[in-house]
Amino acid sequence: MIDPASLPPAAQAAALIGVVLLEAMVLYVGYGAAEQAIGDKLIERIKNT
Amino acid sequence: MSLALLALFVGFGLLIGVLFGFFGMGGSFLVTPALLVMGYPSRVAVGSGLAFVFGTSVIATLKHRDLGQVDYKLGVLMIAGTTAGIEVGKEIVLHLEELGMAGSIISVTYVVLLGGIGVFVTYEALKGGDDDGGVDHDAADAEIDGDDIPDIARTIQSYRVPPMMTLRGGVQVSLWMILGVAFATGLLSGFLGVGGGFIRMPALFYLIGVPVPVAVGTDLFEIVFSGGLGSFLYAMDGGVDLSIVLPLLAGSALGARVGSAATSIVDEGEIKVYFGLMLLGGAVAVAVREIGNVYDIGVFDTVSLVLILGSALLVSGAVVYSSITALRSEAGSSSTIAD
Repeated sequence: MIDPASLPPAAQAAALIGVVLLEAMVLYVGYGAAEQAIGDKLIERIKNT
Repeated sequence: MSLALLALFVGFGLLIGVLFGFFGMGGSFLVTPALLVMGYPSRVAVGSGLAFVFGTSVIATLKHRDLGQVDYKLGVLMIAGTTAGIEVGKEIVLHLEELGMAGSIISVTYVVLLGGIGVFVTYEALKGGDDDGGVDHDAADAEIDGDDIPDIARTIQSYRVPPMMTLRGGVQVSLWMILGVAFATGLLSGFLGVGGGFIRMPALFYLIGVPVPVAVGTDLFEIVFSGGLGSFLYAMDGGVDLSIVLPLLAGSALGARVGSAATSIVDEGEIKVYFGLMLLGGAVAVAVREIGNVYDIGVFDTVSLVLILGSALLVSGAVVYSSITALRSEAGSSSTIAD
């Protein structure tokens, strides 16, 4: 197992930015799927309340 | 990290995401001051703010790319011109620091610029109704109507110095004019030490004349690179705190969905007034903070934060409220027709 603290600063920084990028991609796909699944129903519900 | 702090970051991210999704800007000038007032060191506040803006702009750019609203050619040219401008802006700051005048000149310029854009946007929104360049997602691929191009952009487009570039929306502009605008916005960015979305997006529309959706999408594309590079440099010095960035991003990704969905529902002319007022609120907040720094009055920092958060909450609330009202009135009118 690689200890992140033992990596050079540039590699640690790249790993941190990589984590942010990965979260952004996962959220984009995840929220996109949720929007597809419940978006229309939610809008209908707002219209009818 | 406590659960309350986690919820605060997710909620704050949600609020910023609505603004980012609706207007394509409004991230960096909200997060960093908030983190500073919460007691985080400057390095962490700026670095984490940049990393958050990087993540949010990745999500927003992907969304705008799906809608065909990113002009990559324009984006690359803007990156080149902006980078050169930032370097020159930094040199000016260093020179002013040697003269001992940097702090006051930068603060005054920031307040005047933010306030000036706020007044301009509010005035345009009050004057022009809803056809003043609103964020209409369907308009990106259409040829832009000559009447929709602002006067300054028409003048800039009239200088036909080769090579001419054809941009999305059928806009033709000289390469040198694009680089000139990019350099000028980069100069301000480097001088003021800000990401520059609130300068660049209006510049792309008002000076180059590309349709607003393309201006928003292309600006976000550029922020991916500037935010990515900036946060990488800060991360090398330990300035990026993932316990701040990850919950903020989780909230803003959801907010950005709400904000971009609202663009096709809400009358943007109405919201633009609030946006202009938010920029004015931001200008007043910076002025208050600077006065507090000069006279060493700590409470002014808190007043400044309340002003920024209050303005942001007001505008994102107005976006959500107007969306719900518009949806309900649409449902009401279609049921009347059915009757």
